[in-house]
Amino acid sequence: MSEIAEKVRAIIIDKLGVEESEVTPEASFTNDLGADSLDTVELIMEFEKEFNVSIPDDQAENIATVGQAISYLEEHAK
Amino acid sequence: MELKRVVVTGLGALTPLGNTVSEYWNGLVNGVSGAAPITRFDASKFKTQFACEVKGYDPEQYFERKEARKMDLFTQFAVIVADQAVQDANLQDESLDKDRIGVIWGSGIGGLRTFQEECVNFANGDGTPRFNPFFIPKMIADISAGHISIKYGFRGPNFVTVSACASATNALIDSFNYIRLGMADIVLSGGSEAAVTEAGVGGFNALKALSERNDSPETASRPFDKDRDGFVLGEGAAAIVLEEYEHAKARGAKIYAEIIGGGMSADAYHITAPHPDGLGARNVMQNALRDAGISPEQVDYINVHGTSTPLGDVGEAKAIEHVFGDHAYNLNISSTKSMTGHLLGAAGAIEAVASILAIQNGIVPPTINHITDDEQFNPKLNFTFNKAQEREVNIALSNTFGFGGHNTSVIFKKFTE
Repeated sequence: MSEIAEKVRAIIIDKLGVEESEVTPEASFTNDLGADSLDTVELIMEFEKEFNVSIPDDQAENIATVGQAISYLEEHAK
Repeated sequence: MELKRVVVTGLGALTPLGNTVSEYWNGLVNGVSGAAPITRFDASKFKTQFACEVKGYDPEQYFERKEARKMDLFTQFAVIVADQAVQDANLQDESLDKDRIGVIWGSGIGGLRTFQEECVNFANGDGTPRFNPFFIPKMIADISAGHISIKYGFRGPNFVTVSACASATNALIDSFNYIRLGMADIVLSGGSEAAVTEAGVGGFNALKALSERNDSPETASRPFDKDRDGFVLGEGAAAIVLEEYEHAKARGAKIYAEIIGGGMSADAYHITAPHPDGLGARNVMQNALRDAGISPEQVDYINVHGTSTPLGDVGEAKAIEHVFGDHAYNLNISSTKSMTGHLLGAAGAIEAVASILAIQNGIVPPTINHITDDEQFNPKLNFTFNKAQEREVNIALSNTFGFGGHNTSVIFKKFTE
């Protein structure tokens, strides 16, 4: 697993209070990991802070699963 | 219309003297001080370096970490004492109509630490706004009542009163009014505060409101003593379940006491200083007595606002003598803030619990830390100095007054059918 993927998973585990085993690439923040709309906004903000990127709202809307977050950040992280 | 009778059927407390109602009461009757050096932040540069904090508090004992993270400490305190009171009054009973159960809470400030942290984060950044989406819903004072209603499904009247240090008493009076008007069967009331933060201590220090007796925190809160030098900031919460009497009787609820009157008034004088003759304090006690339909001579105990400030204690004592006349000298008067410190918007809640338990147990908790008499107070007034006194308490009145000149009094009576 890439360093970015590991960090993303750690943030999700921390913020959503979920078990490591639940954080699979297909897991949806809202459908599988119990996040509500505010949790999702907070996750995006944490990704921005951790990886020093700015994620525009229209792209943030497409980050709904663990895997989508990892691929977006692998592509955009500085 | 005929007003309904309202009784107390459940209690909860998380205080500087103990984290349950019984621990709190034991601390009160034993004259224990809750003051100690501040642990919530480094106070070494502050004029006041001590406070009455809740002891041994671990949020994970009560909440999942994810849940706790979305609540400011004042809301965590609220939810914990609400839970104690819900268990005590058995409000999770499926047969109760949740549409008729309200939550009316009091907090003077709300999420001060959350506000402070978010503003500091912004100030330390490059001007890009990165406020947490939970910032506002953690900070706003009313969220405490919101969280409690969500947790238990109580769908009746729901809001938070804000009147500084009178907040929780306003919440109790509102709850009492809604029930006696028939607008709810049960209201979970109370108050919570968690202002022991840099902004809280620094802000009250700037007002010169706090005691600066850093060499002896446990004797710093000394209401009615000649050498009192300000209040001691406290934190915590208490919950009081108010219920329509026939409703309580029909379900066989345990009844602690009856709430029989509430009074409100304004000083209309100064934003922070009390009226020197205690005009607002006088009016509010008279209003409460009139509302309860009792004469001053029927009162046995007054749990005073008595914050240990040079001016406030004088005005309140004058007001008591004015309202109660010669009966003032038969009363037991005490300031439990000598032990708990001043819980600001939650003061009215923990002091209501103290008043209710004084009625139930026939014991008046003391005003501790009395060392030197002050000639400004009539020596005939019994401030219950230093030691609890056994006394049959049939009726207790509790005062709280807030910055802005808000005054509130509430009256509890021993329950008889």
